[in-house]
Amino acid sequence: MGYIGETIDSIKSIQIRQLLTQAISLGMIVTSALIIWKALMCVTGSESPVVVVLSGSMEPGFKRGDILFLHMSKDPIRAGEIVVFNVDGRDIPIVHRVIKVHERDNTGEVDVLTKGDNNYGDDRLLYAEGQQWLHRHHIMGRAVGFLPYVGWVTIIMTEKPIIKYILIGALGLLVITSKD
Amino acid sequence: MHSFGYRANALLTFAVTILAFICAIASFSDNFSNQTPSAQIQILNINWFQKQPHGNDEVSLTLNITADLQSLFTWNTKQVFAFVAAEYKTSKNSLNQVSLWDAIIPEKEQANFWIQISNKYRFIDQGHNLRGKEFNLTLHWHVMPKTGKMFADKIVMSGYRLPNAYR
Repeated sequence: MGYIGETIDSIKSIQIRQLLTQAISLGMIVTSALIIWKALMCVTGSESPVVVVLSGSMEPGFKRGDILFLHMSKDPIRAGEIVVFNVDGRDIPIVHRVIKVHERDNTGEVDVLTKGDNNYGDDRLLYAEGQQWLHRHHIMGRAVGFLPYVGWVTIIMTEKPIIKYILIGALGLLVITSKD
Repeated sequence: MHSFGYRANALLTFAVTILAFICAIASFSDNFSNQTPSAQIQILNINWFQKQPHGNDEVSLTLNITADLQSLFTWNTKQVFAFVAAEYKTSKNSLNQVSLWDAIIPEKEQANFWIQISNKYRFIDQGHNLRGKEFNLTLHWHVMPKTGKMFADKIVMSGYRLPNAYR
């Protein structure tokens, strides 16, 4: 009961200047997180430098909930690389391994076929209607490193958005009621 | 300054920082391992070699693959993904890589192996250029760690040749 009384007192005693200072420090934290994210995008050359593994198609190597660090360079795509790609018309990126490469002599364009390690067949079923091969512009990056389990936070927040709102609400309350 | 909230926050931040540091060091230690893998591939038989209705050549082979990849395993290794790819050049394509077989090796004991199989994935060309074609068989491996950076390398074995006529 005492805690609730303290909280109500601290809400009543808020001054405008203090509130603005706190709003600005919150804004600083959010923008510095954004700066770090954009800098990572520049350094790795990929649109999304970190992805979360969503399906079990690469088990036992990558389980659902792991995060992958991506890097994209101008190096040619070779068999065995684990690539992240977007199929036209779908927005969820897929992380699978390249099993076939056919690179054109004159233009350097490349036809790529991928397959998940744990899947029986190749990815032609996942590609768009009539598409047999992936091309360079579909591929967002190569996986170069990984961390286990860290991605579960993102999966939980995406699949049960109520938790996201609770978290943001609690954070907001903490900011307003903190004494410094 | 000494409330439960502050203490919990400081503890959590410290724990996460230490955990990230340990993961980075575990990954870094992989650079110091001495790796001496070896492999040999033999083509036992060309099962059949046809031009398919869609105009592309296809060949079916039986391979005998012997490999010792035990030295690739470190304490930070979760599994090694090994695959054999046929690599060749045609007039239209400067490089073709077709994966013929792959396997997941979860433990060091299983990394010294001998296997005789026909190709797991279809060896199909883009076109009909495979008669008499010389190609390399390359054993690639991809070391997937428990945390951190992944390593990949290969052994190239050359000197293989497809027959001059369909059969």
